[in-house]
Amino acid sequence: MLWEVDIYPRPDQPDRQAEFIRATAAELGLVDDLVVTAARGYLVQGESLDAGRIDRLARELLADPVVERTVVAAVGDPRLSEPPEPDRLLVHVLNKPGVMDPVAQSTVAAIADFGFEVDAVRTLRKYWIAPPPEDVLQAICSRILANDAIEQVLVGPLPFKRLESGGAYEFQPVSVPILDLDDAALMRLSREGQLYLQLEEMRTIQGHFRSLGREPSDIELETLAQTWSEHCSHKTLAGRIAYRDERSERHFENMLKETIFAATQQIRAELGADDWCVSVFKDNAGIVRFDDALNVAFKVETHNHPSALEPYGGANTGVGGVIRDTLGTGLGAKPICNTDVFCFAPPDTPTESLPPGVLHPRRVIQGVVAGVRDYGNRMGIPTVNGAIYFDPRYLGNPLVYCGNVGLIPRDKSHKQTRPGDYVVAVGGRTGRDGIHGATFSSAELTSQSEELSGGAVQIGNAITEKMLMDVLLQARDRGLYSSVTDCGAGGFSSAVGEMGADIGAEVWLDRVPLKYAGLSYTEIWISEAQERMVLSVPPDSWDELSRLCAAEGVEATIIGEFVPSGRLVLKYNEAVVGELDMEFLHDGRPPVVRRAEYKPEIEQPFDLAAVAKIDCGELLEKILGSLNVASKAWVIRQYDHEVQGGSVIKPLVGAHEDGPSDAAVIRPVLDSQRGVVVACGMNPRFGDFDTYHMAASAIDEAVRNCVAVGADPARIALLDNFCWGDCEQPGTLGSLVRAALACHDLAVAWRTPFISGKDSLNNEFHYTDAGGMKHTLAIPPSLLISALGQVDDVAGCVTMDMKAAGSRLYLVGTTHNELGGSHLGLVGGQQGGRVPRVDPTAAMQVFQAVHAAIHGGYVRACHDLSEGGLAVAAAEMAFAGDLGAELFLRQAVVDDAIRDLGPADAAAAVLFSESNTRFLVEVPEQSAEAFERAMSGVSCGWIGRVTSERSLRVYDAVLADDAAAKAAPLVDAPVAQLKEAWQRPLDW
Amino acid sequence: MTKPRVVILRSPGANCDVETAFAFELAGGDAERIHVNRVLEQPAVLADFQILCVPGGFSYGDDIAAGRILGNQVRHHLAETLQEFHAAGKLVLGICNGFQVLLKTGMLLEEDQQGPRATLTWNDAGRFEDRWVTLATEPGSCVFLQGVESLELPIAHAEGKFVTRDTAVLDELGRAGQLVLRYARRDAPALTSDVVPYPDNPNASVANVAGVADRSGRVLGLMPHPERFIHRTQHPRWTREDLGPTGQGIRVFENAVRFFR
Repeated sequence: MLWEVDIYPRPDQPDRQAEFIRATAAELGLVDDLVVTAARGYLVQGESLDAGRIDRLARELLADPVVERTVVAAVGDPRLSEPPEPDRLLVHVLNKPGVMDPVAQSTVAAIADFGFEVDAVRTLRKYWIAPPPEDVLQAICSRILANDAIEQVLVGPLPFKRLESGGAYEFQPVSVPILDLDDAALMRLSREGQLYLQLEEMRTIQGHFRSLGREPSDIELETLAQTWSEHCSHKTLAGRIAYRDERSERHFENMLKETIFAATQQIRAELGADDWCVSVFKDNAGIVRFDDALNVAFKVETHNHPSALEPYGGANTGVGGVIRDTLGTGLGAKPICNTDVFCFAPPDTPTESLPPGVLHPRRVIQGVVAGVRDYGNRMGIPTVNGAIYFDPRYLGNPLVYCGNVGLIPRDKSHKQTRPGDYVVAVGGRTGRDGIHGATFSSAELTSQSEELSGGAVQIGNAITEKMLMDVLLQARDRGLYSSVTDCGAGGFSSAVGEMGADIGAEVWLDRVPLKYAGLSYTEIWISEAQERMVLSVPPDSWDELSRLCAAEGVEATIIGEFVPSGRLVLKYNEAVVGELDMEFLHDGRPPVVRRAEYKPEIEQPFDLAAVAKIDCGELLEKILGSLNVASKAWVIRQYDHEVQGGSVIKPLVGAHEDGPSDAAVIRPVLDSQRGVVVACGMNPRFGDFDTYHMAASAIDEAVRNCVAVGADPARIALLDNFCWGDCEQPGTLGSLVRAALACHDLAVAWRTPFISGKDSLNNEFHYTDAGGMKHTLAIPPSLLISALGQVDDVAGCVTMDMKAAGSRLYLVGTTHNELGGSHLGLVGGQQGGRVPRVDPTAAMQVFQAVHAAIHGGYVRACHDLSEGGLAVAAAEMAFAGDLGAELFLRQAVVDDAIRDLGPADAAAAVLFSESNTRFLVEVPEQSAEAFERAMSGVSCGWIGRVTSERSLRVYDAVLADDAAAKAAPLVDAPVAQLKEAWQRPLDW
Repeated sequence: MTKPRVVILRSPGANCDVETAFAFELAGGDAERIHVNRVLEQPAVLADFQILCVPGGFSYGDDIAAGRILGNQVRHHLAETLQEFHAAGKLVLGICNGFQVLLKTGMLLEEDQQGPRATLTWNDAGRFEDRWVTLATEPGSCVFLQGVESLELPIAHAEGKFVTRDTAVLDELGRAGQLVLRYARRDAPALTSDVVPYPDNPNASVANVAGVADRSGRVLGLMPHPERFIHRTQHPRWTREDLGPTGQGIRVFENAVRFFR
């Protein structure tokens, strides 16, 4: 019997789903006043269920009778298709078969707890719509109600009376004839089989199997494709590159190793006994020292391609994946916080301008934020830091960076798989979800990607991962395994392949627990089903591990053994279905030399005179209201940023808890005062000028954000995440190499080591428009730098909100005439200018001086200058503190280029330049002398005061002659008005 | 004097258990985190404890509705055990998801023939929110809130809007002194039943209800997180305001521990 339970809000309760749909339809310009009623429902199938039982389940389990009403009937019963109002069209939305449905899973278990047996449960959503025109209905279904990638829409009554489960699998070994293929046929196989390998790689595989005298099996080809994928092997950046720019030529054998890794090696050598790096660039996350007992691990991943197709699921599993990265680092780190950074197209992009196959940015934003929220919050890991950047070039490829920090005992920071250990799968079951995720994320998106790679899109189940995390950390502390890694891209294929790389492994694929029947041995091997990890378990620990997992309802299964053979042997029902040499698998990939070229743009002048005509107050309001600068409170408040109880500096700070914090600080050990600082830096706009300076600026921003809250610049570790376009194009790859060179140079100069990183290439979107024209949308070079700082005692940290009227304001750092890529240019319609640079020596002196002043207790508030420069920093500090400020621009330390400008131009440059390594600092009068002493040797100007009157006043004057200047302030704006401009745009 | 023993009930998805245990320890209790599976296997383990706390989190993912599945497990398998626990003069505390669970077990607010009299449903904003709120109390006989007039604590929930079946139920609970904790205006933190505007009442709970006690005062469920304010630097304005060395939330735990001394 298949029952349906529909659940509606009681008449006195709001129908929020319907309200959301109505509002979205209006926003997208589809229909102004859509009339719709929404319900959620459950399909419950079970022979033992009679009407009495299903009624009881509806009342006691599925619905909340205080606020909801139900319609309960057998599927097919006309009561289920009786509209709540006349003339309504019935639309059902259900997950496609095989898509994870966590609520349905939980419901099966919860019904069992009543003592009733059920075979299957599915959830659905039900909408009653006053019928709009057919094309509008189509658009409502595909743009608002459902996502084709994971869901199906059924109009009218449900067309089935049973929930079918998958059919049985009949074992049939498959070999793939490649020995006699020509180049064209090899490439066709690579494409159509979704291997996405290059010709040279296909030829190498062909040669390998020719030498063995046999054709490969399907699983062998898949294993090679997964392992050699860009996603898993980073073959482009860790490969050979011939690079040329305007200054020199360089040949890299391994570009990353010779730039970013090399910098870290040099720093470690220079630090000698004081080296605080523990494990860099070799495990799933980088590890550095934290205190006497603990180390801290940090990893940031991207989940761009899945998020483009299914924003909720993509972001959801992105968070889940990076958490497993830290859990799978060393012998397992305990996650303590998340950081999430996104790049989107503007939310006001006109619907009619969207290329085919592209989701509206507003929907992408809402989906991504909800996906991060629901996974992070359920895991009980605070999301403490993030940023969002907007640019129309992210329309086809939104970027989703997910990061996680974990604590790990010092003696658990390394792992070693041992011969004879069992290969043990723990956590979620394996299904058909996520097939070809690794190779897919290495391919470019097209308007057909949704159809091609639907299987690569997934929904996570955070509670499965939470349960896994709970037992894993207990097992770690009891020493029950010798190595661990997560099942990410490539599934078991990558996880077991990696863990057994130096030993060899035999895997028994028929023993893997499945979500449903019907998976082939190859699907089992490459499935990227979420929430799974692989342990290497000594046989004498198995019983205890197995008991521990069972005690908390976590599935653990022996699926193989690490056999010291140097070979990867895959079996199904005792039959060998694949056998690969570990050496060929991991080192057999042919080297390809890629060309990389970079020519920086020729500097065009920035027409300051044109912009300076506009009122500075008006410019400031526009910048505050621009999407990159505007308040992200709508996002931040949806994240639990305080769970685990370690919150010290929250993402929103100040008198009304709404000012933008520079960095997050947490106190991860509840009885210790030691703090972890997390911040980031990114500015894709600078990349349009020179990716070297873009990278340097991003590093500067990440470090200065840490320093601004009190972190010691001598203990800041960095991560790099490169998201780029098609790196087979020399110009695109050149811009990336150039950025990597900056990473090297700054890391070495500052001794801020890179400890981990990840790249996502091929972020380009191809489509054909209605007129048959082909287009490519490439993202701008997007380097995210994440920084992990430390503080000895969190009680010494400072926030960015102004604290007290009468305090002095100091501008620390030199202001240059650097308006290239600035937000002044953005709102003033100017393209040119000099892009901000970093002076590494002067910058480190500034960082040290500011740190010393904060450490000395002379600083009440400190804020870094970034987008919008001094003007934005001052406005933010003032409204966060519910105070006002007056600034005297001629007190700022400036360079010759600004001194040479006319007065109006110079004032605008000082106010809006985005020069790096600058801080606006509030200092109480009684600490001024000590503060100035701390600043000796670095550029620092006493630029103004905090006022009790809640206005921001900016004068083109020196402090001494404020009487004369006060007649004509450049900016005179009520702080409330500035705050309103800043809060309005993204207050959804 | 022996320390009162506190059991923090872990479950799949509970995620505030560690810091809640820490708060009880700091308050002088002896806290142990125990998985619900152990309690279901052997309900008698609870007899060793004086205080039961259901911590915050997302038990069973909050699938179906927040706290529903764990609430039903308790209802089906532990109802008697908990009645005995309560009858023995012991204390029960539910924080956030724990409050949702307790409400769904029926042990916090007794049900009548029509079923549950009140629930916690979706915030008016329709989404999860983390923010600090100001709370006013009417402790009456509620053990946990004795001597506490007002509090600042964070909330972090999606389904925290307290709703009664009808106004008669609300009046009954009010008369019985069970509506012990209320959201209040930050600028005028007085107890009121007139709904204060968002965000001071972050979810539009009726009568600003943030926490309710059972008739004995020994069972308390509350949406705000007292365990997240036991240290000065957890407060959102600690860098600008003169706060004491400890957070106000600790008093909830101290009251519970003191009850057994």
